[in-house]
Amino acid sequence: MIKESLLNPTDVAYRETVMAGDYWMKVVKTGQTIRIVDSEGNQAADTLFYSAANPAERYSAVDTIREQGNVYLSAGTMLMTNECNPMLEIVADTCGRHDTLGGACATESNQVRYDLGKKHMHACRDSWLLAVSENPEFGMSKRDITHNINFFMNVPITAEGGLTFEDGISAPGKYVELKAQMDVIVLISNCPQLNNPCNAYNPTPVEVLVWN
Amino acid sequence: MAELLYEDSLPGGSHWSLVMPAGSLLKITDVEGGANVGMLFYNPRNLLERYNAPDTLKCQHTFKLTTGHCLYSDMGRIFCSIVQDDTGWIDSVAGTTNKAKVAARWGERDYQHQRNLWKQNGYDSFLVEVAKYGLGARDLAANLNLFSKVFTDEEGNMKFAAGHSKAGDTITLRFEMETLVVFNTCPHPMDPATEYPRKPIQYALYKADPVAEDDVCRISRPENGRGFENTRRYVCCAGH
Repeated sequence: MIKESLLNPTDVAYRETVMAGDYWMKVVKTGQTIRIVDSEGNQAADTLFYSAANPAERYSAVDTIREQGNVYLSAGTMLMTNECNPMLEIVADTCGRHDTLGGACATESNQVRYDLGKKHMHACRDSWLLAVSENPEFGMSKRDITHNINFFMNVPITAEGGLTFEDGISAPGKYVELKAQMDVIVLISNCPQLNNPCNAYNPTPVEVLVWN
Repeated sequence: MAELLYEDSLPGGSHWSLVMPAGSLLKITDVEGGANVGMLFYNPRNLLERYNAPDTLKCQHTFKLTTGHCLYSDMGRIFCSIVQDDTGWIDSVAGTTNKAKVAARWGERDYQHQRNLWKQNGYDSFLVEVAKYGLGARDLAANLNLFSKVFTDEEGNMKFAAGHSKAGDTITLRFEMETLVVFNTCPHPMDPATEYPRKPIQYALYKADPVAEDDVCRISRPENGRGFENTRRYVCCAGH
């Protein structure tokens, strides 16, 4: 569902550009709103969320889609934790649909998907593994790398149970905005994927804005 | 004919785990119809390697799992292949029940009064089983629900297919590497049954025949050929 934000970028508490292949890992407090902007269009922002109070409680793709009864995420979706608690609500969305079934690229899955020789190419799970290693204050490791949201990705399901990868429905400047229902650690990998035509083989920056 | 190693059963609302060797079969039978088997996989030699539903679905361009599909770890390898599935559709996206959901739908979980007929939930069952191997909530992931079907309409709304699995339906998994299998017979989280569904299963372990070059799972997609090669490279070096 397309729903524009009422928030003004001139009022932000925080603003940062995340280049393709980089990660962003910060705490967003209860009641704060985070916006992720698809700066140049059809760029996947592969995002994980954890309770800052207890990172063992984290975003759960399966609990989220089952509780809302729908596999696509958009404005109005409440993101749920693995303990089935509300975590963040998508309060604005100018893209209209986001994927949470396709997961994040890894060097290992790139071998399977594209070619055995692709294992040297940078992947989202490398960014996350670097993030948890460079931020030991969160006490996280590979155990905590779980199933994520792919903001701005379009992965439709067919009636016969197929999973297809369609051209993106995002565009430069489109955004998604989430309001935190608890203190959350946000871990974004701005996807470096060079094998997938959905971003025209051209990973681009995303921008992160946070309002109090 | 594959050699039977042993067979056993599990009542509804129960949990168990097995380490399956590379080259073995696990055949599960829905005894009464309408069973649900929540299932997760780990590498017993490196418990950080575990079943990854997104990788599995994405690399095979599928939302459902059935005969011909492979079940992938997060390390690009194949834990097991689905070599036979009478039901035609295994759910991999709806997760499992928890204590609150079971209580809301079917009543409190009460061992004091109900003994082994207590209303156990899938999340607690998984926690108990994985804890036997030093794992916890951080190590759980999206699980399979064998014998259950969840499909979607054009808008992405999820629907549970009632009566999907019939009495006597079987699903057979062939393990391509050594795998810790954690499973429970707790109800599917979208099952609309008015009474707590308590459905038993039988399971049998066999030695598998060698995987043929034209094996249905190996050749069903080019991705699976590469998955088999990744697994071969791991198994041949790890001395399985």
